[in-house]
Amino acid sequence: MAELIALSPAGAALPKRIGAVTLTEAPFAPMTGISPHAGEVAQVSAALEAAHGLALPGPGRMLSGAGIEVLWFGRNRWLLIGAAPGDGLAAHAALTDQSDAWVSVIVQGAAGVDVLARLVPVDLRPRAFAEGSVIRTELFHMPAAIARTGAEDLRVMCFRSMAGTLVHDLVTAAEAVAARG
Amino acid sequence: MRLKTGGLIDRGTALRFRFDGHDYTGFRGDTLASALLANDIRVVGRSFKYHRPRGVFSAGSEEPNALVTIGRGAGAEPNVRATMQELRADLEARPQNCWPSLHWDLLEVNDWASRFIGAGFYYKTFMWPRKFWEWVYEPAIRRAAGLGALSGAHNPDRYEKAYAHCDLLVIGAGPAGLMAALTAAEAGADVILADEDALPGGRLNGERATLDGGAGSDWAAAAVARLRAMPNVRVMARTTVTGVYDQGTFGALERVGHHLDDRPRGLPLECFWRIAAKRAVLAAGAIERPVAFAGNDRPGVMLAGAVRTYLNRYGVAPGRRVAVFGNTDEAHRTAADLVAAGVHVTALIDARPDARSTLSVPFYPGGVVTGAEGRLGLESVRFEAGGRSQGVMADCLAVSGGWNPNVHLTCHLNGRPVWDDGIAAFVPAPGAVPGLIPCGAAAGVFSTAGCLADGARAAAEALGGLGLTAPDLPQPEAEDAPYRIRALWAVPGKRRAWLDLQNDVTVKDVRGAAQENFRSVEHMKRYTTQGMAPDQGKTSNLAALAVLADATGRGIAQTGTTTYRPPYTPVAIAAMGAGAQGKGFAPERRTTSDQASRKRGAPMIEAGLWYRPSYFPKGGERTWRESCDREVGWVRNAVGVTDVSTLGKIDIQGPDAGAFLDFVYTGTFSTLKPGRVRYGIMLREDGHVMDDGTTACLGEGHYLMTTTTAAAGPVMRHLEFVAQVLRPELDVQMVSVTEQWAQFAVAGPGSRDFLNGVLDAPMAEGDFPFMACGEVSVMGVQGRLFRISFSGEHAYEIAVPARYGDALFRALVTRAEGMGGGAYGMEALNVLRLEKGLLTHAEMHGRVTCHDLGLSGLMSSRKDYIGRAAAARPGLVDPERERLVALHPVGIEKRLLPGAHLFAHDAPAVREAAEGYVTSACHSPTLGHPIALGFLKSGPERLGETLRMVDHLRGVETWCVVRPLCSYDPKGERTRG
Repeated sequence: MAELIALSPAGAALPKRIGAVTLTEAPFAPMTGISPHAGEVAQVSAALEAAHGLALPGPGRMLSGAGIEVLWFGRNRWLLIGAAPGDGLAAHAALTDQSDAWVSVIVQGAAGVDVLARLVPVDLRPRAFAEGSVIRTELFHMPAAIARTGAEDLRVMCFRSMAGTLVHDLVTAAEAVAARG
Repeated sequence: MRLKTGGLIDRGTALRFRFDGHDYTGFRGDTLASALLANDIRVVGRSFKYHRPRGVFSAGSEEPNALVTIGRGAGAEPNVRATMQELRADLEARPQNCWPSLHWDLLEVNDWASRFIGAGFYYKTFMWPRKFWEWVYEPAIRRAAGLGALSGAHNPDRYEKAYAHCDLLVIGAGPAGLMAALTAAEAGADVILADEDALPGGRLNGERATLDGGAGSDWAAAAVARLRAMPNVRVMARTTVTGVYDQGTFGALERVGHHLDDRPRGLPLECFWRIAAKRAVLAAGAIERPVAFAGNDRPGVMLAGAVRTYLNRYGVAPGRRVAVFGNTDEAHRTAADLVAAGVHVTALIDARPDARSTLSVPFYPGGVVTGAEGRLGLESVRFEAGGRSQGVMADCLAVSGGWNPNVHLTCHLNGRPVWDDGIAAFVPAPGAVPGLIPCGAAAGVFSTAGCLADGARAAAEALGGLGLTAPDLPQPEAEDAPYRIRALWAVPGKRRAWLDLQNDVTVKDVRGAAQENFRSVEHMKRYTTQGMAPDQGKTSNLAALAVLADATGRGIAQTGTTTYRPPYTPVAIAAMGAGAQGKGFAPERRTTSDQASRKRGAPMIEAGLWYRPSYFPKGGERTWRESCDREVGWVRNAVGVTDVSTLGKIDIQGPDAGAFLDFVYTGTFSTLKPGRVRYGIMLREDGHVMDDGTTACLGEGHYLMTTTTAAAGPVMRHLEFVAQVLRPELDVQMVSVTEQWAQFAVAGPGSRDFLNGVLDAPMAEGDFPFMACGEVSVMGVQGRLFRISFSGEHAYEIAVPARYGDALFRALVTRAEGMGGGAYGMEALNVLRLEKGLLTHAEMHGRVTCHDLGLSGLMSSRKDYIGRAAAARPGLVDPERERLVALHPVGIEKRLLPGAHLFAHDAPAVREAAEGYVTSACHSPTLGHPIALGFLKSGPERLGETLRMVDHLRGVETWCVVRPLCSYDPKGERTRG
């Protein structure tokens, strides 16, 4: 029987380099939503640390290790990126596969904050949004999650179905920033 | 006339431009206004109502007269203030509101008739007959009056919106603003300095006064350069802060591309900023005000400060023989600057009898100008001094009636300015905007030294609020002349004296308003339209209310100002709505099958933000109906495939998940066994139906709820509200997985065989009975299978992770086509469900109950759930309510239309007799005639009754008969088989 071919959300629309900014789609990675059962945040954090070496970060924060990231993702919710959830987590938390639910674009370059300032109402400059910061916010008309993964790297996540609009909005904003020279 | 030397213009870069069809030359650094004056262009446009010739009046954003249209075609921009448009190569500007030409305008007839068409004329004259107002009078008046017009074509220019954040926003870069910005920047604050002008510096660029012995403009340039070099400062030139909003949010319009000779691709014309600032310093300066006297609108009558700006900044003399008129020392400063530039000053008229002058120009203390003459430009000025009326030749008259602090932004949160008798002007009320500190001329401080000190003071205050300490910066030496004013608003006289130049409102109009008892300043404004033009009365509001105060025998403070509202200067809708034109209005949500569907020629329809295929046309089909009927036939007879990924999918887990579902659904779900699916209805608190859908039990304490496409968001919000607020004691976790799964319905008698061809382990006999679910392996991928049906056929929904959606859809459709079926779209999906009497939000429209839908049986009596008590109210279970039935046509004309109303067969088709309405209708190829669903009073009790169906909107009247909801396979044998 023929195999099913996997397509990434942004597909051929990325990568793109516009001015001093690079837009790249993050490669496929396992993503799991982790919502601890009532009163079990500490157990989940311990289980996560045991399995992946990372504890649950506080609100608005993320932690990263070797190829693995844990993002605070809202009220009683975290997102584990880069590995299937380890044993021991399922006993204390609701786990949901979110690997295909998001389109993730890495916005790279010093002008990345200027590009996102056209779309996002939050101050994303390093002084206000340091490395390891995460926020659930909006990007133009879309719900979005944004994380600062490096000094000049921002990870922008939107619903998979909105990938086309996300790329369009980022490219438009990046062109306008680049045109200012 | 261009002076031989001087000015901050680049005389080495000459720029050609076009105005009113003629070519002229200016320099880099000019505005269109200064370049026109340099070329001795005096008439720039025609006035709004009387079509009187008008010329440049000011040198800033307050300009009421010199409005032009820039460019041609779709991108032409009307009502551009020539004083704000920087000159660029090949700029093309056209005058407005004149026909056939600027110098010979036919509608100048309005001016001759002016004594008959003063303020209030329209209201009194164009009243009868009533209907004429909308169709005859108003269109005619609108054509006759007005300024520039839009092209009517789609705007090809790009605009932009952006956000900025800072500790301190300094509004205005004159001496006060620069000093404030320097102080805050040195203290380490994150500073934004926004200035309206292309060249920051404010009055320092327009005056000859020195700072530390050097040119004021040099000091400003050095200060700006120093600020630009600091990493914690952003200098935003060409940026007007237009509005103040709650919690330190400011709107600001940046002119990004207007001044460039060649605009790079992708560069926006303008950017609308929303700036969030912890503190703000308002150093917006002041606007000079004129004095009203007869003929004061003649081209050549200008504000005195503007005359100095043209002399000192642009090296332009606005006239060859200039008279000066004022009531402060500004008049003397103007005369001195003119003399220094070698321009002949014909008279210096000072309204203050005690004024002194050392200048060697004809000086008339205690004098007032009583008239200005010259049709297409000022020729002479009449004035009274020492009890004697005399005339003097002048082609330019510089007028100063004092200065009005720019209090506008302090009033945007409903603050009212305070009258200051000492300067005869309104100043900001203390604390009018939390966190915003007015300083400098905006706070009524008018000397340069005073502004510098006040800017530093304001910054120190702001820094204190930020927990920073202000450094002690040295303050440059500057003039510190006192401000001596004798208030003068209007010179008495019989002839027309203008207050509002942009809307053609005169002193007489304002007095007339008072006479008609429009004594409140807000009423006067609306009666006369004073201050209602694009300039919002920047140069006229105060004089108008002073005249009103005089006419009504009140003081100015007592009369009060009208309300200042954002925006401070006009903001193009294109800038405020940047990015949202056309499809930018909302994000597009695309399914994984989107590309494949479009490739098959499927027209897409919008379902919320989603795009779904309407139908899949095949060669030879001429109408959508043919395609739809074929697709229905495939499902009824073979197998069809459609994308149902847009339905909301909510993963619900936790020890109390079952109890939670019992609370939100009318039915019981805690008893649902793993591997089983149940249909459910959820109500709002008011007992009406919110949404329906199936919920599958995937495992112990693990459920997957589906919602309708449209209600996915609202249901998620509802569930969060229930979990967080109503039942916080329940241990339940939920998350949307709508985007994670691509899900396809496979429907038709052949669907089981069909699926067995794609499942890695075919279903055994008895596997997956109706309403079963489970995990499956699909072509090597882990997926989920649900035996549910929205078509009435033996059907499944198969789900795989979204990355495989495209591949699976293509594989399924290809396989279905090999079995005499194929892909079907939303039209066929709708027909299939209507034949079965199944619901969508056309029926669950928010005003119906389970009782109305015939679903009372789904309301459990053994538990509590949201909406239960409210749904039991007698009014909601009344049998005579409009209840859902199917309708079939009778008679010759077989048509049923959604939106049509139902009447008893012998009743008149009037509102009072209406007994229901049609919610959905289609042609049923299975039954061979149209069918419909609709709500009918006591519907299920009237089966077999013939009704009138009347569609008043489309003008259709037919007959129909009431039928049971399900028109096809009522026993459900095909679904369960």
